[in-house]
Amino acid sequence: MKRVRVNPIACEGHGLCAELLPERIELDEWGFPIVDPEPVTGEAARHAARAVEACPTLALLLEADIRT
Amino acid sequence: MTAIRAMSAAEIAGPPGLPRLLAGVTSADAPATLDEHLSVYGLLPSPSAVDLTVLVEASGLLGRGGAGFPTATKLRAVAARRGRPIVVANGTEGEPISGKDKVLVRYLPHLVLDGAAAAAQALGAREAIVAVSRTDREGLDALSAAIAERGAGLDKRVRLRAVAVPDGFVAGEETALVQFLNRGVAKPTFTPPLPFERGVGKAPTLVQNVETLAQLALIARFGSDWFREVGTADEPGSALVTISGAVAEPGVYEVALGTPLRELVALAGGVTEHVRAFLVGGFFGSWLGEREAAEASLLEADLRPRGAKLGARAIVVLPTSACGICESARAMRYLADSSAAQCGPCIYGLDAIARWFERLSARQRLDERKQLTRWIQQVRGRGACSHPDGAAGFATSALRVFAHEAEQHLQGRCEAKRQVLPTPAVAR
Repeated sequence: MKRVRVNPIACEGHGLCAELLPERIELDEWGFPIVDPEPVTGEAARHAARAVEACPTLALLLEADIRT
Repeated sequence: MTAIRAMSAAEIAGPPGLPRLLAGVTSADAPATLDEHLSVYGLLPSPSAVDLTVLVEASGLLGRGGAGFPTATKLRAVAARRGRPIVVANGTEGEPISGKDKVLVRYLPHLVLDGAAAAAQALGAREAIVAVSRTDREGLDALSAAIAERGAGLDKRVRLRAVAVPDGFVAGEETALVQFLNRGVAKPTFTPPLPFERGVGKAPTLVQNVETLAQLALIARFGSDWFREVGTADEPGSALVTISGAVAEPGVYEVALGTPLRELVALAGGVTEHVRAFLVGGFFGSWLGEREAAEASLLEADLRPRGAKLGARAIVVLPTSACGICESARAMRYLADSSAAQCGPCIYGLDAIARWFERLSARQRLDERKQLTRWIQQVRGRGACSHPDGAAGFATSALRVFAHEAEQHLQGRCEAKRQVLPTPAVAR
């Protein structure tokens, strides 16, 4: 199981992640991602992988869910 | 030679009752010399004579820097890593209303150095760094003099050095401290790796508050049973507390954990005015109304159900001549300006929250309260460090405790006759 996480120092608020992974990410009013820490599976996992690849500052991470 | 002439700890009993740490303060104007230090506490036992980690674990010592993490767990985590560790004693104390670490470093440098050296010896570290704010000239001088006085004999194989760190609220956060020591940038880093995994010079690094290490130096000498003679089973020992505001004798006091707040106030000479509220736990802490604070004790277990935390035990007594909303607005602005300005939610979120409080303080028309509540919820957990979380907790408590004054401000009234909280200018 994996979950998405943002490196808030690297993040510049481009916002692509929220478009590519709306299941887990919304943007605050300044354009920075608010991430739902629920694990991603199935289609969401594919969307997550694409969002991670698309992040211009490599701030979006797909991490092993240590809780499982 | 001093070290040989001095009595060993076995010949000196641990201080009965209190003070413990502050028992070593011999002069109000000067640091305790090595001779004075040893005549009060004796020598540290040889590293081979005690298993420090086991002793610390039995003592139940919790970190005194604010987070209250078990010290033994941190020692074990560093010891379990490969590579020779490094010890960092954190005496930066960026919190404007806390003075206890400065007192320790200025008056009892040898006790802090004992703790750093003992931890280093227990971990097989060869270097221990004591970090102090570069504005704390007295502390740096006391440490440098004490390190020179100890010479090479006392701390076999451990090199001690003092390092001056940039001023600021966030500079003492442990990843910021490590990054400063590595590359001169005193800002928090994204984790993992945590310092115990990869810290100074990539080595597993034990970062401990200077008071934690001073306590550890006493535990190494007098044992865990002695340590537990004061405090409670879950929060044992004594602790340094900084109290300021409307009390007759503001300053740093040593109390047993679990001491009622009103006893601390009495120790500080009693209140000088009618009290409106208490700020407990520093700028990352919470306001408590005068009535709810009356029964509170200096114990996390007692404060948690009251929605507060003890943190690094900085307490301000707010008199009725000051306004809780105006004080909170200045504190929120200070916290927002103290952001390391690395993470978007902290940069924009804290600024928005501070502006809201500033408008209320200035009795201007407000945005919706709902919006403020959302900002407070949204900044939590979204920084690389816990700065936004601390600020959010502070703001939440201000809204709760000063609801009445908030109403008055909305009607254009404010009772403030003076300012109490110190909010230093932040260089940006």
